[in-house]
Amino acid sequence: MNITSLRRPAAMGAALVLGFGLTACGAANEATGDGGTGSGDNGQSSSLSGTLNGGGASSQEAAQGAWRAGFQQANPEVTVNYDPIGSGGGREQFISGGFPFAGSDSYLTNDEGELDGATERCDGQAPIEVPNYVSPIAVIYNLDGVDDLQLSPDTLAGIFAGDITTWDDPAIAEDNPDADLPAEDINPVHRSDESGTTGNFTNYLSTVAGDAWTHGEVETWPIKGGEGASGTSGVVAAVTNGANSIGYADASQAGDLGKAAIGVGDGFELPTPEAAAKILEVSPESDTATDTELVYDLDYTTEEAGVYPIVLSSYLIACPSYSDKAEGDLVKGYLSYIVSEDGQQAAADNAGSAPLPASIAEKAQAIVDGITVG
Amino acid sequence: MTVTEAAPKPPAPVRRTGDVVFSGLARAAGITILVALAGVAVFLTIEGFPAVTAPASAMGGKSGIVLYVWPLLFGTLLAALLAMIIATPLAIGVALVISHFAPRKLSRTLGYLIDLLAAVPSVVYGLWGINFLAPRMVGLYEWLEENLGFLPFFTGPASSTGRTILTASLVLAVMALPIITAITREIFAQTPVLHQEAALALGATRWEMIRMTVFPYGRSGMVSATMLGLGRALGETMAVAMVLSATGVISFNLISSTNPSTIAANIALQFGEASGLKVNVLIFSGLVLFVVTFIVNFLGRAIAGRGYKGESR
Repeated sequence: MNITSLRRPAAMGAALVLGFGLTACGAANEATGDGGTGSGDNGQSSSLSGTLNGGGASSQEAAQGAWRAGFQQANPEVTVNYDPIGSGGGREQFISGGFPFAGSDSYLTNDEGELDGATERCDGQAPIEVPNYVSPIAVIYNLDGVDDLQLSPDTLAGIFAGDITTWDDPAIAEDNPDADLPAEDINPVHRSDESGTTGNFTNYLSTVAGDAWTHGEVETWPIKGGEGASGTSGVVAAVTNGANSIGYADASQAGDLGKAAIGVGDGFELPTPEAAAKILEVSPESDTATDTELVYDLDYTTEEAGVYPIVLSSYLIACPSYSDKAEGDLVKGYLSYIVSEDGQQAAADNAGSAPLPASIAEKAQAIVDGITVG
Repeated sequence: MTVTEAAPKPPAPVRRTGDVVFSGLARAAGITILVALAGVAVFLTIEGFPAVTAPASAMGGKSGIVLYVWPLLFGTLLAALLAMIIATPLAIGVALVISHFAPRKLSRTLGYLIDLLAAVPSVVYGLWGINFLAPRMVGLYEWLEENLGFLPFFTGPASSTGRTILTASLVLAVMALPIITAITREIFAQTPVLHQEAALALGATRWEMIRMTVFPYGRSGMVSATMLGLGRALGETMAVAMVLSATGVISFNLISSTNPSTIAANIALQFGEASGLKVNVLIFSGLVLFVVTFIVNFLGRAIAGRGYKGESR
């Protein structure tokens, strides 16, 4: 009897816990992004405080880490979070109001009504979009005895389309007259997950070598040949571990692997940050570009020397005005830092990205400065 | 009135508060399982339904949901089946060693070590598979292609990175091993000693004794254990996503770099960048996996139940 009475409260407690467990199940489906909860009471840009929760493209993750650190150092009262849920998720969360700003590898279009949705989210004003992150996509390879692989666009497309299958193929030999190419099968490695890197890479291939690459611009690898690997790190690991492999990955993650020089005009260019950033300068603005939407259709067919054409460019998406003063101040301050020279340099140092060319950074800065608050 | 009240009542069954609370708790636990399961099923059905009429653009260019899900389902079943073919005999062997062959001290250590395998996170298995196991399998795959290339399973060309469905199945087998071993060794250890001694007394060798007493006694338990292991293999996500070179083909070729993906790995790989209808398509494939797992478990239970009745115990 004594034991029973001792146990009773414990059992009650357990019953309560179970009850809470059930309620927790019901709440699990709610959206998790709780948006910008800026709580700063003084809106001076020099003394910002509060929390800024954004997210989107995972390509920017490393750079966002650098920006976050730099911005929080300058504004100790501020906490910035960037959730790398992917470009699609970032745009979705921005439009639904979950994120006050988002990062995205592709700019907003009306193909799926996203531009209209974003306009609606910004109280009827067109959203602002500025390029903030440019990074070369390197063609990485693991081939014994070949150090300076050069590939023309058609050859590159042929390899990844599965039409060129051995390393001593005449097309490769023509690009590399001095190299001693082995008679081994090529193992082309691609991303098995849906990825903006694949999107940029296939966009390049279909634009420059449409005859050899007939699958268009896709974010999910379209053909069934070759090897699939998950994420940038997966591709790098596969190429590192697999002899005679070739793949594509963000240049900053390529490590010690060989990087192929890509044919541009009459020459070949290596994926350096400087050469990658230059493509924005030679590219025209997109048809949907406006005063506040600085978006580019990358000109992959450029023949200008010194331009590396396979790049991943990423955008920041935000509203032109915020009614919540605290939130608006935080967004404006953070975005302003990102496109500033300091911010771009921080990303270049920490994430291996290419700093924006001065002319474009200037335009982006002007757009961000135009954000109105309150 | 008073008479009725005064009449001696039959002694009411004693109901202490503890009994009430305990039966309530037990019932609540049972109902929780049903509610959670029903919740998942309802969510998958509602969210997956729009995928039935989704356009090809949401399904990577496939013109119908069946065409999209079928290769994934094929890969899921193939990888899980291979994993089970590898893991089940191994697990039963290990369980027998622990329960019947090894000296007590050794068997206890071995048991702990096997249990430890279950505690390794799947992402670690993925890293191990991609960076350690896969490169070391390349030689074997090349040998298989050269010497057994006439079999449809080994036609090659052998992968140069070793990230094939066979490697993925090996990783899955290692992951399922501790689950199957843990359950079967408990069952084996519970075989009535009298049965075993009777068999030995009749002149059976140790293997004959195991065959005649331990296996029949543990049959339903072995099936249950295999089903749990199969559940893990079917649903494993991270390790497969990392190890497997998935390209969406339907192929029985086990050693090439073009392999079918699995449903769970595909969801993990595609969800990050998915939005709109693509999410519905992925959830629909999740529904298919849910149903398949349910059917497989149901069949497993049926088989186990039949075995149980067959034993006249």
